[in-house]
Order: sequence, then C-alpha cells, then structure tokens
Amino acid sequence: AEMAARLSENRLVSLPLSRIRVIMKSSPEVSSINQDALFLTAKATELFVQYLASYSYKHGRGKEKNALTYSDLSHTAEECETFQFLADILPKKILASKYLKMLEKEKRDGEVGEGDEEDEEEEDEDEA
Amino acid sequence: PEDLNLPNAVITRIIKEALPDGVNISKEARSAISRAASVFVLYATSCANNFAMKGKRKTLNAGDVLSAMEEMEFQRFMVPLKESLEVYRREQKGKKEARKDKDKKADSEEQDKSREEDNDDDDERMEEEEQNDEEEVDN
Repeated sequence: AEMAARLSENRLVSLPLSRIRVIMKSSPEVSSINQDALFLTAKATELFVQYLASYSYKHGRGKEKNALTYSDLSHTAEECETFQFLADILPKKILASKYLKMLEKEKRDGEVGEGDEEDEEEEDEDEA
Repeated sequence: PEDLNLPNAVITRIIKEALPDGVNISKEARSAISRAASVFVLYATSCANNFAMKGKRKTLNAGDVLSAMEEMEFQRFMVPLKESLEVYRREQKGKKEARKDKDKKADSEEQDKSREEDNDDDDERMEEEEQNDEEEVDN
C-alpha cells in the first residue's frame, strides 16, 4: 500500500532509472554505475529539464503568446553559457530563402579564391 | 538498437511543473527538451566518469555525479540533489531490511512474480538486484 502511494504522487523521481541507465551505459568508457549515482543522474536530469524550460520561457519571446517555443530553447543554448553544450542539437532556424541566399554568397566568395588557384594550376600544367 | 530517448509523457509532466499554469508547450519544444535531456545525461556521465577515473575507480558513485554537476556549473542542483539522495538512501535501506526478513525461497519467488508487475516495480526490483551485485563485487 505504501509503495502504491509513492508511485502515484510524491515520487522521489519520475524518470525511469532503467532508461537513464541505458543512456549512461551507451558511453563506452563507463564500466559500472552504483545505485546512488544512477538515482542522482536521474534526479539531476529532472532538475535540468525544469531549469532549461523555465529559463527559456523567462528569457524568450514565446511567452508573448503564452507558449514555450523551440526558438526560446535555441536562443537559450546560444546566449546562456551554462546551456552552450546544447548549441549543436538546438540550432537556430532560419527561413529557407535566407539560407539559399547564404549558400549563394558562400559560393561566390569561394569562387573568387578558388579561381586564383585554378589559374595557377593551369599555368603549371602548361609548363609541364 | 537501444532507445536513448526518455518517455514523452514524463518529460512533458516535468516541463509543465516548471512553467506557469496554462502555458502551451509546442511539440517541437517538447521534443527538443527531451533530446537535450538525453544529451545532458551523456555529458554528466562523461564528466562523472572522469572523476571516477581520477579516483582510480571503475564504478561511478554519488560523489562523482555531484562533482560533475559542479563542474558543469549546475551548483544550483547541489542542495536538492543531496536532500533527495538522503531520502532515497533511507528508502533503499528500508526496502532491504524488509526483504531480509523474508525467507530466501520466498525471495526468489517474489523476483519471478515482480517481473510481471508494472515497469515501476521492475525498476525498483532491478535496482535492488544491481545493488546486491555491486555489493558482491566489493566483497
């Protein structure tokens, strides 16, 4: 009866320890994990989720529409040092049209430099 | 292939607890937070493992995880983590003592039975078995 009460409300931790363990063990250099360490990692992950969510909501623009948006999260990853380890998995999103313009610009910039090199190579070939 | 994702329902619940009532969480945002949480576990594990290796230990322990949190600049987690750990240890101790009171034969029957029960019980049972294994290794 006591265990049933714990499972429904006032759980010490909600994230399943078995799943946390699977993720931890996917790291090749980890041999074994003591029970307390497993529990602490799960608990820390919950605290992390709450911190990421509340920080992003507080500092983002989503709250103008009473929402937490992806943009709020990627903004946090970019602006806040503590969350910078997430920058690669929470990239900023840009409009497709802007992205295409960026690609075109990079291509033009690249050709200016490459063109010189190609000329040099051609000269070499002529000499050879 | 292993599932390195955390259950959506649980993640959603944890997010909701952190935000004011009625705030909408886009599916994209929830999915992103879930991925971030998995990455957090990997980062924390790697960091904790460095501390274990420094201590020439092969088993990650509580101290390693706490040191990792400090290293990752999540000092704000230290007090709630330590408090939770105390409660957890008391719970585990209580469960262990309850089990010791039972017959050894009854124990093995219970283990078989508990596998049919829901996941939460399995987690707890698995934890106890893991703990027993680790104790044997230490001995």
